[in-house]
Amino acid sequence: MAIDIIYGENVTKGVDADTKNGVWLSASDFKRVAGFERKPEGFCKGEQCYPVPPARKAEFESGGRYNLAALADLIGQPMVADEAHRVWCFGEASENRKRALTSLDAPDFSLPDLEGRMHSLSEHRGKKILLVSWASW
Amino acid sequence: MWQALYTELGPKGFVPIAVAFDSAGNAAAEPWIKAANPTYPCVIDRRHIVAELFDMVNVPNAVWIDEHGKIVRPSEPAGASDAFRKMDHTNFSIPPDALADLQAKRSAYLNAIRDWVANGPASKFALSETEVVRRMHTPSDDHVRAAANFRLGEYLVESGHPKDAQKYFEEAKRLRPESWNYKRQAWALEDPMKAGGPEFWAAVDALGDNKYYPTSDDI
Repeated sequence: MAIDIIYGENVTKGVDADTKNGVWLSASDFKRVAGFERKPEGFCKGEQCYPVPPARKAEFESGGRYNLAALADLIGQPMVADEAHRVWCFGEASENRKRALTSLDAPDFSLPDLEGRMHSLSEHRGKKILLVSWASW
Repeated sequence: MWQALYTELGPKGFVPIAVAFDSAGNAAAEPWIKAANPTYPCVIDRRHIVAELFDMVNVPNAVWIDEHGKIVRPSEPAGASDAFRKMDHTNFSIPPDALADLQAKRSAYLNAIRDWVANGPASKFALSETEVVRRMHTPSDDHVRAAANFRLGEYLVESGHPKDAQKYFEEAKRLRPESWNYKRQAWALEDPMKAGGPEFWAAVDALGDNKYYPTSDDI
């Protein structure tokens, strides 16, 4: 079934997924959507690897597919799905958010202005920044 | 609102970056930005990602970041005051003593920024690392779960399914009851008037002695 996957900053539409008992993707889609590859050490993204618990291997891989939901659960990422609209949303693990915040390094982000021009926090390195929220409501 | 401060302090290496937590995007934010005519960056944050990254629960909330990209004041109300709660709900007037309090809080905050820009790390308002961490509310599993629900809701709104989005907004609100952003954004998407309507005021009144805008120890 073709689903949309929101994974952190990225949205990938029309991903071929088996959504029974998890979110099962091909190896190439697993990498494309989430950035993870299956290596002997486990599921790896860059330097970071999460070993697959040996007794639970079948939850993570089967028939040439890998289960993104099982990995999310292992990492502590929240997953919320709207099956009617075929959208699966994976958020950041609280441990990662906590580590990032308590490092006191301001996390970078990139957002558009009214004209659609992107602005990032890191563009302003070297200045004292007041990052301030507001809303029309 | 920050333009005057930017005009004054910009030459001394200060910049405000205003982030609109507006899931309705340009349509919602544009009139306000055009009216303010800012020369500093004003960005549109439909997904409320900055709220999630910096743990902002309301507007206006602000974080101070120094020249090295370090947080020197974690998220807190940016010179806002609970005095607005004395507003008359029908004619929107605010009694003089409340107005004075609003003005005083605002001035204190602006002066703290001035002190920081002038004195850098020597400013008493630029907090030590331990104090920044102490003041932070670090994210829990409920927080990130709320953010994922909100994100899904916002995606459904952007895809043209606003009614189906509401249940995810409700879950975000339930998981993070202290987030006024989730409440008011969800209400605003149902009906633009709802974010400032009777339901909003009832929720504010339900706070009792608890603050809508918690005060910090030092500003």
